[in-house]
Amino acid sequence: MSALETIAWPSSYGARAEARRGFFTDTSVCIGCKACEVACKEWNQIPASNQGFTGHSYDNTIDLGANTWRHVAFVEQRLPAGVQDGAAPTHAAARAEAIEAGVQTYQQGDGLRWLMASDVCKHCTDAACLEVCPTGALFRTEFGTVVVQQDVCNGCGYCVPACPFGVLDRREGDGRVWKCTLCYDRLKDDMEPACAQACPTNSIQFGELGELRERAEHRLAQLQAAGQDRAQLYLADEQDGVGGAGAFFLLLDEPEAYGLPPDPVDTRRDLGEIWAATGVAALALGAGLLAAVFGGRR
Amino acid sequence: MTVGSASNDGRVETDERSVSTYGGRPVRSYHGQPVIKEPVWTWEIPVYLYTGGLAGASAGLAHLAELRGERVLARRAWAVALAANGVSPLLLMADLGRPLRALNMFRMFKVTSPMSVGSWILLANGNATGLAAANAWLGLFPRLAAVAAPAAATLGLSLSTYTAALIANTAVPVWHQARRELPVVFAAGAALSAGAAAMAATPPRHAAAARRLALGGALFELGSKEVMQRRLGELGEPYRHGAPALFGHLSRGCLAVGGLLAAGPARRSRPAAVAAGALLSAGALAARWSVFKAGFASAADPRYVVGPQRAGIERGERRGGARRQARVSQPDPRRGSPATTLA
Repeated sequence: MSALETIAWPSSYGARAEARRGFFTDTSVCIGCKACEVACKEWNQIPASNQGFTGHSYDNTIDLGANTWRHVAFVEQRLPAGVQDGAAPTHAAARAEAIEAGVQTYQQGDGLRWLMASDVCKHCTDAACLEVCPTGALFRTEFGTVVVQQDVCNGCGYCVPACPFGVLDRREGDGRVWKCTLCYDRLKDDMEPACAQACPTNSIQFGELGELRERAEHRLAQLQAAGQDRAQLYLADEQDGVGGAGAFFLLLDEPEAYGLPPDPVDTRRDLGEIWAATGVAALALGAGLLAAVFGGRR
Repeated sequence: MTVGSASNDGRVETDERSVSTYGGRPVRSYHGQPVIKEPVWTWEIPVYLYTGGLAGASAGLAHLAELRGERVLARRAWAVALAANGVSPLLLMADLGRPLRALNMFRMFKVTSPMSVGSWILLANGNATGLAAANAWLGLFPRLAAVAAPAAATLGLSLSTYTAALIANTAVPVWHQARRELPVVFAAGAALSAGAAAMAATPPRHAAAARRLALGGALFELGSKEVMQRRLGELGEPYRHGAPALFGHLSRGCLAVGGLLAAGPARRSRPAAVAAGALLSAGALAARWSVFKAGFASAADPRYVVGPQRAGIERGERRGGARRQARVSQPDPRRGSPATTLA
């Protein structure tokens, strides 16, 4: 089985199977323009979601959900003194104190680093949402992506807490679950997804997953060689808890700094254990009932 | 770790300055935002966790009581099982985002989805219980009931416990990490619920088995839930604060008083039996609610999601989702550049 293969793809499509498509989101070149968020909303006709002013840097979108299929995260970090701009350590430390005391604000040269990352549904190789969906509304497409069939979904909500990334949610007033389709409609017409097309820096790269993973390795090696020692590929390997993802990322810090789980696991990996424990408990209940009914006077 | 400047909602802004710890280590997060989604399920679901267990275990109690020749108890227990089986699908439908699409649950049967398995169990158990109850009360369908009664009793065991598999099979930390203990807690809760309801519905001199079931169930419920919470360790904290703790206290209180009543005056006095049954039922329901709410609390706090995951990586037990070592040693700048479009 190739590293990219999933349970249903390509086996259930036979000759109609397409190459597995995905996103490589290279956050090192993201400029936080949110063109992806806008393009996604426009193309997919997603309802507006005015979430107010968060005060979390430039992020007023907050998270992925039924009405947000691309979400740009903004992280402001003060790097260890002097690392970024060559400022003298003592100067940087003094500045940091003044900033923390609220006397001064961040200025150029203070070693503030701004991380931006456009998050999206991961289209996991082992997709918990798809596996727990009782109606079959969630399915694996011929492109190896994971899509909700809106004419089938009955809004049971099981996929919502099953997703280890918190991607899926039920839409208010609609009752069904919505998420990124990796622009299934555009893919069928040989077009790239709206977000990738709108991205001005190619931070969002769309293509055949195998190819994307290869170029990501080169990019990671390049950044590591340039001294970005916290640069890392996220969800690019089949050995991780979701078997690798169709949408993977190059991050400049640990995943949790971007709101991503450091060790996401498809819950189905533990389902055998869960069913076994459930069977034992059911038998124990049977024994308890027998004991209660037959184990004493009438 | 330095002290950060707080934003107006009180959260420390820069992610480098963590406010919470797990296993003694700071937990980093994105502006304190949750990593996974809280379930969208509302009050119908914890009520169903109770009624499902009640329906399943009552069918078992009814069938076994019938086998032992305790007709009075059996009839009441079948009635309880039927009522709980009738309410359950309504609760589940009401919780759907699209209730009119409830039948879509039966488009397929999926073992990877405890909800799918459970829908079929509930359907089968409901029908079998209906036949068995019709026979017990009205003498209808004697031949069908001879098959339906044991079927309902057996299916009832899985109906009582699959709900634990359902919530354990999620990314919610306190549910998923308690995957081995939760089914036992729910099985004990089901026994307690069925015993309590039958005790309240049956004249005391016919209800000895129901009292034994309720008391045994209550003891196992208290014990197994405590064991579950302790085994969760630091992850069990949501059970010790807020709503989950409140419902936990409520449950223990109801079970203690109800249990004393059931062991004493309920053996002779019908009002005492009704009061004991009601208290024990309330205790069972509150315990389900405590588990339900703890799941929400653990999903909402990145500490319980990120903390254990990072701890597993640091202990070297898990490789995690990220990798810093590139698989190529000599980067090809042309292929590594975002400016290069894919051929």
